[in-house]
Amino acid sequence: MNEKKVLLTMRHINKTFPGVKALSDVNITLRAGEIHALMGENGAGKSTLIKVLTGVEEMDSGEIYMDGINHPIINRSPQEAQAIGISTVYQEINLCPNLSVAENIFIGREPKKFGRIDWKTMNKKAAELLNNLNINIDVTKPLSDYSIAIQQMVAIARAVDISSKVLILDEPTSSLDEQEVEKLFFVMRRLKESGIGIIFVTHFLEQVYKISDRITVLRNGCLVGEYETEKLPSVDLVELMIGKEIEDLAKLSKEESKDEDDSKKEIVINARGLGHTGTINPFDLKIHKGEVIGLSGLLGSGRSEVARVIYGADKPDQGELYFKEKKLQINTPLDAMKAGMAYLPENRKDEGIFEDLSVRDNIIIALQAKQGIFKVIGRKEQEDLADKIIELLQIKTSGKDMPIRQLSGGNQQKVILGRWLLTNPDFLILDEPTRGIDVGTKTEIQKLVLKFAEEGKTILFISSEIDEMLRVCNKISVLKDRKMVSELKGDQLTQSHIMKAIAGGDTGDE
Amino acid sequence: MNKIKRLWKRITGFYLFFPLVCLAIVLVVNLVRTPDFFKISMNNGVLYGYVIDILNRASELIILAVGMTLVVAASGGTDISVGAVSAVAGAVCIYSLIGGASGDVYRIPYVAAIILGILAGALCGVFNGFLVAKLHIQPMVATLILFTAGRGIAQVLTQGFILYVRKESFKYLGNFLPGIPIPTPIFIATIVVLLTVLLVKKTALGLYIQSVGVNRNAARLVGLNSSLIIFLAYVFSGFCAGVAGMIITSRVYSIDANNAGLNIELDAILAVAIGGNSLGGGKFSLAGSVIGAITIQALTTSLYAMKVTADQLPVYKAVVVIIIVAIQSPVVKRWMKNIGHKISANVNGKKVAA
Repeated sequence: MNEKKVLLTMRHINKTFPGVKALSDVNITLRAGEIHALMGENGAGKSTLIKVLTGVEEMDSGEIYMDGINHPIINRSPQEAQAIGISTVYQEINLCPNLSVAENIFIGREPKKFGRIDWKTMNKKAAELLNNLNINIDVTKPLSDYSIAIQQMVAIARAVDISSKVLILDEPTSSLDEQEVEKLFFVMRRLKESGIGIIFVTHFLEQVYKISDRITVLRNGCLVGEYETEKLPSVDLVELMIGKEIEDLAKLSKEESKDEDDSKKEIVINARGLGHTGTINPFDLKIHKGEVIGLSGLLGSGRSEVARVIYGADKPDQGELYFKEKKLQINTPLDAMKAGMAYLPENRKDEGIFEDLSVRDNIIIALQAKQGIFKVIGRKEQEDLADKIIELLQIKTSGKDMPIRQLSGGNQQKVILGRWLLTNPDFLILDEPTRGIDVGTKTEIQKLVLKFAEEGKTILFISSEIDEMLRVCNKISVLKDRKMVSELKGDQLTQSHIMKAIAGGDTGDE
Repeated sequence: MNKIKRLWKRITGFYLFFPLVCLAIVLVVNLVRTPDFFKISMNNGVLYGYVIDILNRASELIILAVGMTLVVAASGGTDISVGAVSAVAGAVCIYSLIGGASGDVYRIPYVAAIILGILAGALCGVFNGFLVAKLHIQPMVATLILFTAGRGIAQVLTQGFILYVRKESFKYLGNFLPGIPIPTPIFIATIVVLLTVLLVKKTALGLYIQSVGVNRNAARLVGLNSSLIIFLAYVFSGFCAGVAGMIITSRVYSIDANNAGLNIELDAILAVAIGGNSLGGGKFSLAGSVIGAITIQALTTSLYAMKVTADQLPVYKAVVVIIIVAIQSPVVKRWMKNIGHKISANVNGKKVAA
């Protein structure tokens, strides 16, 4: 394998974002006809590395060499990258859904005849291209008629046809089902045989072992190492990705979860047949006081939707919700807040922060909304509250009157957490609280979650990282296809059990 | 050295810096061209002078700009119906007062007619607010309806005539109260501004409006009723248009449905922008909008003072507006910042050399 031609090398890549060192001294080497998996937890620097390579972000220092070009290259835009043979297919597909498949493949470089588009040739060529990848579809139909998987492969076909040396697939499988993944892998193998080098970014361990030849692991912006897939057992890979420092935290949560006795504890949340048409099928859920309950499942499985229905972000249209044994009619989030709930939404930028407002405003807004328009929190009190939260959660900011957008992601998340702490909730819903934030802050937030639980708060915790769930949750409910499929606790709380439940969903109680 | 840099930074960083600079430029140019620009004299027991005139004439604009500021902040859109709405309010006021023909006999008390007029404005705001907040129609499109239909409604009430109120007391609101040397509109504008400031600062409304304007989704999730807040902003803008309509009709003691408040909505939007407010919504400054409104009126008045005729006015005004907007553009702001760096660097360099 080693004698294969080297296509692309990135050497000593450094990149700093305000407040975070995103990449420090990272190297990666891609050979022709190789599928190279890029692994790491969220925030490890995978996407930054890809962005630097494709010219979306500019690197601070480092060198990129490409086969056939005898000087270091710097890509300033994805177009420049494409021109020298590097194409990317993202998780969200950047194509035009209402144009035909053929148009999507050839847009901007349509075959012409007498100055007009030669539709016949275009359609024929498009069909041929897709045939090569073993996809037989009608290329004259609009792209949106086809599944996400097919759309993705159309995107790949387009990318490969434009420039075919290096193909980057950024989390291509996260919204695909198993059969679709198989199809995609078939396409990837085809491309590999034709000598293309593929960088494959994913979270799914099994897929890495199924398809990749080599693995590069990043952690916390640093290179951990490059390994041949065959010689690296998956347990070691997970350890490389997570690192050792988290282990004592894992022990901490495990010890606590032992002394649990459900029947004696107060039931905080009791949902009976609660549901919202179109987003989540009716489900039952019981959460006891002081518990940290996790919701696990693939993207789109309905885990966020469960949280939204309980909080009233989506008004439930069926079933009943009992909060501390009292029936609760929730029409708006304010009703849930008044009952004692708090909700940290999945999408921090779109639903969490008020970008242009100060850290102080962002901290007090929920409390102010809860108190109503006439009970104004005075300036002095606002500042005291903001100081208290900044101190308590160790928020790094150059001042409480700074616009929150100037803070790093982790600190923004802490501000939102602080916002809810001020309302003194009994029940906290945390949807992906650690997504896209640096490892240090991540650990801090996980510790905070455990601390809140110790203080008697009840927590619903959602994360796509299973090992993080294992660290903080007492119980995990698994969702699949908008249904709750199983509940795991005690000894069942292992990576493999959860994986099985997520993948199969048929652990007996369907 | 660092002191200069910090001072410069503090001055240019002050949120009203650019609006004030613009106003100052207009005033200084005036002073050069018209030396007695700041002269104020007493004549027949009332104050005269360009400055008084500017403040007087700017009153409607200030009132409309205040309402517009809240609309822009909460919804990230503009209410282009305010000019037509003020004509509706004026028509309702005068129609209920004297009926369908000019005259001097009041059918209902004067105060009641004013209240009806302002209510009519607020009602138009309710309509706009319903379209924008509840039906999620684009603000520009939603308010376009009353922008065009409003003058029609006013025409229906006046039956196409210009209705005059031939009574001295009707002129008080838009001119002078007996025995008081300062024009009444200045008082009204001051009251509206003060009331709005109280409303925004003494309740949580200001924070709510900013939150909804910055991020409507997040506002909903922290328990705010985003739709209601946007709705109220439009109602308030309609109310302001009603008040402005009262002043406009009283100034000329008549209602001309075609011309009352014509094109004033554009000046109101401009006032908000010149005041340093983002038209994308979110954070807002009432003081900025007030300064913006005064700047626009100062510009108009001073152009008249320089013997520019009414039909040439738009051209000159456009030129100045381009300059003002350019000064506030992000690019120029960045230049200013760099100048600050250079100044301190120069001072530094000299010190080292010395």
